[in-house]
Amino acid sequence: MEIPYAVKPRPDTGLYNAKIGIWLFLASEVMLFGALFCSYILLRVNAPEGTWPHHWLNIWMGMTNTIVLIFSSVTVVLGWASLKMGEFGRYKVCQGITLLCALVFLSIKSFEYHDKFIHYQVNLKDGRVFDGHLQKAESTPDKFVFKGRYIDKPEELYNPPLERAEEPPVTIAKSDIKVDPVTKQPMMENYGPWHNTYLAIYFTLTGLHALHVIAGCIVIFAIWGPLARVWEQDPERYINRVEVSGLFWHFVDLVWIFLFPVLYLL
Amino acid sequence: MKTFTDNGLLSQTLAPRHEEPGFWRKYIFSTDHKVIGVQYGITSLMFLFLGLCLMSVMRWQLAYPGHGVPIIGPILYHLLGESMVSKAGVISPDLYNAFGAMHGTIMVFLAVVPLAFGAFGNFVMPLQIGAPDMAFPRLNMVSYQLYFVGGILMLASFFIPGGAAKSGWTSYSPLATIADMNLRPNGQTFWIIAMVFLISSSLLGSVNFITTIIQLRAKGLSWMRLPFFVWAQLVTAFLLLLAFPPLEAAAVLQLMDNLLRTSFFLPTGLVVSGQVLHVSGGGSPLLWQHLFWFLAHPEVYVLILPGMGIVTEVLANNTRKPIWGYRSMVYSVMTIGFLSFIVWAHHMYLTGMGVRIATFFQTTTMMISIPSVIILTALLISLWGASIRINTPMLFALGFLPMFGIGGLTGLPLGFNASDIHLHDTYYVIAHFHYIVAPGTIFALFAGIYYWYPKITGRMMNEFWGKVHFTLSFVFMNLTFMPMFIQGMAGMSRRMYDGGATYQASDGVVGLSPDTIHLNVGISHAVWLLGLSQLPFIINFFWSINRGGKVTSDNPWDATTLEWQTPTPPPHGNFDKPMEVFRGPYEYSVPGQSRDFTPQNEPEQPASATHGNTVRS
Amino acid sequence: MSDHLFTTQTLQVDEHTIEEMRHHIRRYLIVGVALAIGTGLTVWASLINFGSYEINIAVALAIASGKGFLVAGFFMHLISEKKMIYAVLSFTAFFFAGLMFLTVWSMAHNNIIQIR
Repeated sequence: MEIPYAVKPRPDTGLYNAKIGIWLFLASEVMLFGALFCSYILLRVNAPEGTWPHHWLNIWMGMTNTIVLIFSSVTVVLGWASLKMGEFGRYKVCQGITLLCALVFLSIKSFEYHDKFIHYQVNLKDGRVFDGHLQKAESTPDKFVFKGRYIDKPEELYNPPLERAEEPPVTIAKSDIKVDPVTKQPMMENYGPWHNTYLAIYFTLTGLHALHVIAGCIVIFAIWGPLARVWEQDPERYINRVEVSGLFWHFVDLVWIFLFPVLYLL
Repeated sequence: MKTFTDNGLLSQTLAPRHEEPGFWRKYIFSTDHKVIGVQYGITSLMFLFLGLCLMSVMRWQLAYPGHGVPIIGPILYHLLGESMVSKAGVISPDLYNAFGAMHGTIMVFLAVVPLAFGAFGNFVMPLQIGAPDMAFPRLNMVSYQLYFVGGILMLASFFIPGGAAKSGWTSYSPLATIADMNLRPNGQTFWIIAMVFLISSSLLGSVNFITTIIQLRAKGLSWMRLPFFVWAQLVTAFLLLLAFPPLEAAAVLQLMDNLLRTSFFLPTGLVVSGQVLHVSGGGSPLLWQHLFWFLAHPEVYVLILPGMGIVTEVLANNTRKPIWGYRSMVYSVMTIGFLSFIVWAHHMYLTGMGVRIATFFQTTTMMISIPSVIILTALLISLWGASIRINTPMLFALGFLPMFGIGGLTGLPLGFNASDIHLHDTYYVIAHFHYIVAPGTIFALFAGIYYWYPKITGRMMNEFWGKVHFTLSFVFMNLTFMPMFIQGMAGMSRRMYDGGATYQASDGVVGLSPDTIHLNVGISHAVWLLGLSQLPFIINFFWSINRGGKVTSDNPWDATTLEWQTPTPPPHGNFDKPMEVFRGPYEYSVPGQSRDFTPQNEPEQPASATHGNTVRS
Repeated sequence: MSDHLFTTQTLQVDEHTIEEMRHHIRRYLIVGVALAIGTGLTVWASLINFGSYEINIAVALAIASGKGFLVAGFFMHLISEKKMIYAVLSFTAFFFAGLMFLTVWSMAHNNIIQIR
């Protein structure tokens, strides 16, 4: 039993089924990310004056990731165009580059996440606050080695200077760290989503986006690799699949185009 | 002839199936919309019954607070333990709250919507548009499986330490985060994860429904020739598609609040049990409410629209007349869909919104009542001058009309900001929405079951017991919910586990009068009798599968729509050749025709005078 | 049950299609370069002090919207898409705007009733 218009478009709508399907799905994704952007706006607007962080993320890494995704968007659509012209070999190359770009994106993102998880804000018993990256190799359970600086004013935490001189390593003994009266733990917290709402929404938005990158990667890979034999049997069906997965990929790129300035620059 | 190994990925679309599928492929992992529809139907009816059972236990507590529940109480004590139920069988406040939250969740997300949309939509809609199946059959199967997993998680949550979610079906923060905070994972965690599964199931389902309706309509089936049922399902699918994602986002955020100590919805300086909570703060509980109600308002239209669709089909068929105002109904249902996205904060009038924004939502709320009234009026006028045929589906469809009328009209004082100040979060609200969903939608769903049962099974359900089921249900539904309006207007709050006994008035103290509290007893008895009234239905349903009266034709109701023009039950692929449609959906009693109905697919020619069966051209 | 047997279907590609696609490919490359330039522009604009944060936000969002339009219009072929898709997307855009605007309006400080 064949489902009509799975490959050939229906005359009055001019569309094949999967094309409508993917646009409907993308519409729902717009609402999903829209709700998260809405949450971002509200959390930021309602934050007390001066407590919303700026420049906590590396702009150059973000910009590189943006260029990488844009480049992959170009290769995805070039891959589809190659198929339309009957050039399967060229499609294979283009789509392969797309997949590579995705892996590069995810690697840079992992590095950024890791950087946040080793970045600590330490409250000391003498009242000072220290902010820096934990050097795990040189630390012991009683003495932590950080690369960072002491914070003089609270505003500095939320607005660190863009240009920073090379910071020498600082050793802080565990016994010097203030203990939280409620949890009985030393007051050193890393820059995870629990640290403040900016990081919370950052990890959520980029995490969900990364999940979409991974999902898109898997689908594109499946069509490019194991399912490539469909090209021999039913080229038009294959082109439709490539087009539909490409649309999803462009959407993922589109979301990042907004994520980058909102999270990294503003 | 090239054949391919059936690896599941390619086979459905590439290789025609030559061998008959085995049991698993045919009944459990089927991609046939009819099988999936029945799967949804059976699962959702079981959840509907479970929801009723939960409420029945709660109603004992409301009528006789402090007394152990007979029979069930000791069973719950052994199942759930000392912290939830006392040895005498008295429900603890925590368990009452858990039952309450789960009653709402199960009824809305696991029972009514899967039945109205998943079951009826899946089974009937492709048949009514002349399609061989849904546009994406495998996606359809995955949708059901996601629903099933979500359901299992919800059920499992009752038995984990701490029990099921107990922060209301609305899951408001910060309570949803701090309840059972020391248990990880807890019932709330299960609830959120289950919701993610259910929402995903709905999303995939709506993509399928909309694509199918747009792309797979038979030749000649233009938009204005669609049965109203299909229009209702189309608008419902759009509501699910665009309104659910913000709740999915919010659910992820609340899950992070619960498990990762984030503060999306937790304000700064929140004190729990005398200690400041060890979180970053900076969040907003109102943000959760906005994101939740952005879905939950369109969700209530999801609850009612398929029911209106079913009632329309049954009314047209049993009045032997076209539906009055079909076009108005179509435009109205589209307007309802559109407006439903911009009314949500009428659930939040008491959160301290400014006057201007409250007025905006009040205005849109008033506006949306207009198309609802148009639809109800059109259905009522359709009865005028009709030669009404009384049978069980028609009784339920007729019963729907005044019940939905009461439910809808009682929504107006809630939609007005000023009167809502008094009525918000009282039993009035409970009565209002239950009138719409319980004697409203559920009656429509019963009508649908009795109506389409012969197409699915080839047998009729017993007519006498159907009428008994209707009469008893109608009486007890009203006895259950009508007194709640009175309680609500007297100021009785929702979600009080002792039925308001703590606030009972005494000399010199303002509170709830003893009569108001005493109504609880009558209501509880009505609920239990309502539960018993479902027994004739359950027995009838199963008994008739093998012993019901066999149908003598494929179209026992003499209906015009396409689902009756197939063999009974319809085979895989539905129609043996492509359908072509020549007229609208309700050509009943057309002057000059020899029969009082003309099926949509009957070619234009002088009507055959021989028989009322489907004429196969 | 259709007796459509599965045969190898070759893709019919004619000169006309190839010519069209070459034209499209040039367009994609131009858009790609524009997007890269836009990215650099975004970063550069964010480092300029316009006086108030609102202007920075407006500029950044304007550039992002421009880039988004290029991706949606050309890579996703929205510029030449069918009416049905436009209909779905316009509803989505309206509801998206509603969600953003109405929620932010409800929770804006000057809109919340202060209790003394």
